[in-house]
Amino acid sequence: MTHQEKRAWIMLVVTVLAYGTYAVLILSRTHGRPLPQLPYATTMLWSIGGAVLASIVADVATGGPARSRVTDVRDRQIGRLGDYIGQSFVVIGAVAAMLMAMADWERFWIANVIYLGFALSAVLGSVAKIGLYRGTFPQW
Amino acid sequence: MVKPTRITNSIRQLRFTHGEMTQADLADRIGVTRQTVIAIEQGRYSPSLEAAFQIARVFGVPIDSVFHYPDPEEG
Repeated sequence: MTHQEKRAWIMLVVTVLAYGTYAVLILSRTHGRPLPQLPYATTMLWSIGGAVLASIVADVATGGPARSRVTDVRDRQIGRLGDYIGQSFVVIGAVAAMLMAMADWERFWIANVIYLGFALSAVLGSVAKIGLYRGTFPQW
Repeated sequence: MVKPTRITNSIRQLRFTHGEMTQADLADRIGVTRQTVIAIEQGRYSPSLEAAFQIARVFGVPIDSVFHYPDPEEG
């Protein structure tokens, strides 16, 4: 497994765990209250910061010697294609947030749809990269 | 429309007939990772034209002795 494929796996696992933990913590606080009234900002920031830190630690721990971190043309092609596939959710999240802002929705929903867009983008992009590493690189 | 490559190759056989070269050795010589060499041998990835020429140069054979493209009637 190349280092770039390992990074895709790390991104996938860290994103699922970070967002899953955030969602569980938020939903566990409802106790009958509407979601927009829940305190979410600190938990969201900790979730994002924790994911970034966990990714860095996992990347360093799985890296190995410098020689094993070499990337080649195939790594760069898979990286670009995976990022391209994943970025659609960033756009969807941003457009949804824009429409919510125009319609005067609570900030809770706007912040969470943006975060969800980032999370889905990371998951979809990572899944695409892993699929490309494991399967056949498409020809057009 | 996404389609699998129709290019096949003889890299594995050429490695064995050239001093049982390992995939890692070939990867080092052409500047790619061992996993890329594996993917090329298995037909899961088509190398760039430059990489294809480099592979042929390593074995000292013409490029069409390494990579093969079916005739139209073989389709």
